[in-house]
Amino acid sequence: MTIYAAIGALEQGLVYGIMVIGVYLTFRILDFPDLTVDGSLPLGAAISAVAITSGLNPYLSLLCAAIGGFAAGAVTAVLNTKFKILHLLASILTMIALYSINIRIMGGPNTALIGSATVFDPLIALGIPPHLASLAVFSLISLVIMGGMIWFLKTEFGQAVLATGDNAQMIISQGVNTHLIIIVGVGLSNALVALSGALIAQNQGAADVGMGIGTIIAGLASVIVGETVFGSSSIARAIGAAVLGSVVYRLAIALALGLDLGGFTFSPSDLNLITALLVIGALIAPNIKKKLLAQ
Amino acid sequence: MKKLLMILSASAILLASGALAAGPMISVNQFVEHPALDAVLKGFQDYLKDNGVNAEFKVHNAQANMGTATQIGQQMIGEKSDLLVAIATPSAQATVQALSKAPADLKRPMLFTAVTDPVAAGLVEAIDKPSEFVTGVSDLLPTEKHLEMITTYKPDIKKLAILYNAGEANSKAIVAAVKELSSKFGFTVVEATAPKTADVYAAAKSLVGRCDAVFIPTDNTIVAALESVIKVGTQNKLPIFAADVDSVARGAVAAMGFDYYKHGYQTGAMAKKILEGAAPSSLPVEFQHELQLQINLKAAAAMGAPPPEELVKQAAKIYE
Repeated sequence: MTIYAAIGALEQGLVYGIMVIGVYLTFRILDFPDLTVDGSLPLGAAISAVAITSGLNPYLSLLCAAIGGFAAGAVTAVLNTKFKILHLLASILTMIALYSINIRIMGGPNTALIGSATVFDPLIALGIPPHLASLAVFSLISLVIMGGMIWFLKTEFGQAVLATGDNAQMIISQGVNTHLIIIVGVGLSNALVALSGALIAQNQGAADVGMGIGTIIAGLASVIVGETVFGSSSIARAIGAAVLGSVVYRLAIALALGLDLGGFTFSPSDLNLITALLVIGALIAPNIKKKLLAQ
Repeated sequence: MKKLLMILSASAILLASGALAAGPMISVNQFVEHPALDAVLKGFQDYLKDNGVNAEFKVHNAQANMGTATQIGQQMIGEKSDLLVAIATPSAQATVQALSKAPADLKRPMLFTAVTDPVAAGLVEAIDKPSEFVTGVSDLLPTEKHLEMITTYKPDIKKLAILYNAGEANSKAIVAAVKELSSKFGFTVVEATAPKTADVYAAAKSLVGRCDAVFIPTDNTIVAALESVIKVGTQNKLPIFAADVDSVARGAVAAMGFDYYKHGYQTGAMAKKILEGAAPSSLPVEFQHELQLQINLKAAAAMGAPPPEELVKQAAKIYE
């Protein structure tokens, strides 16, 4: 792995890490398996791309994307809570609907952002090299989101979100409206996913209707890798671990891309297999370490 | 004496290629494993091999994941190859973006290939105005030639259906072009879309009774499920025209052959020029030079549409 590829993996890990915090919120905290993310990631990208190409400030476009993502998540949650559709199915329905909606938003399947204004411009104007500018922006934004999420979960409403996921019966008996909590929680999760999508689009130079495929897989993998490798003893630790899990996942891909074992050459089509093996390695390493230390 | 000369020239060639053995390195960012895209890569590599360029290839495949395509773009910048090649639109966008972010000493020439609309994709400003580092070959279908063939084949055509996936940028561009040309050829356009391969059969069935023929553009989704369209065409005597030759072999009536192998071969020729020192900005974006008509007589009979004599004479290949 070259340094340039490592910086790229770190950058991708952090920007996808924002999505992973969203997945952590639904999957772990709310206990709500949410597949909306495969649609809300490109939704955020689409909204941001269209906003930027029609002249809106790139930072404002992030806000628009997050609002759109919140709406998408809220639709899933309303379908589940008010209309009693199973959460998995509700999220699948929103996800497939978003495929068409995203094409509507962009007026086509792909909107190019190469050469357009992006959130990285102010830093590049300061003389920071472009490949480090995106890393700086993503570090900053993911730190802010991590801090914000930890703060949010300590508020009264955040505690209610935690309680809803842990024991809905108990919190209902205390007179809390769990429907509202689920709607806001799933909405917030998808707002983060859409924000992540908007940043990804600005970084990769295009929003594409197909870019959401596999988001939930990367999200779940990152959450679990993070928990296993970095622990989840407290909320703050678990949220940090979610983002680091995403970085590990992207480093595994970068490592797989650059892997060269002398005479034995991998075929390019082996990439996903090698990535999976590297992630498995990261998952069982702490276990092996524990066993060795116990002896 | 002649023999000696031959041996001498042969060894000179060997020496020359030996000198090229430490030849240029080329990094490839391919979006997904797909017969057409694989053929592009093969054609590209074959051109260079056939023309004495002994290049070393670092081929990466994003396995249809845009996040991975972005990472491959960055990986390739780090590889410091002599030339970057991106196959298909998402990979091309990711590579151009990685290139624009790269420090000046890591910037390399880049070629895109199998991209339908490089201007809309933001790869180049204009077809005849490639950027400092980026140019390539577009696989935009010469739509007019396809429609000419279809209307010659079936002069009484009033309604032509197009079956495609509205999520594919390439297909949307083709549909727009067909609509624009439809009045010139005197037919109206009927559309049916399928977002994934499992929906293709139902979409094809929905066209029965609403059109005189079906045209399938180079659409990844529809072509992947071509057999279900052929089935509908055969059962309802509805001729199915395609835009690539592989589909004719699989049972479409005819196509003005778009051969992805040749597409890659043509890209290879551009690569050779760049490796020999030409600046990408001096090479305008190219389109596919050669098209060949292929006809499947068995399919034509099954779909109740025997070809006119003049087309049979023109055809480069006929499946009996």
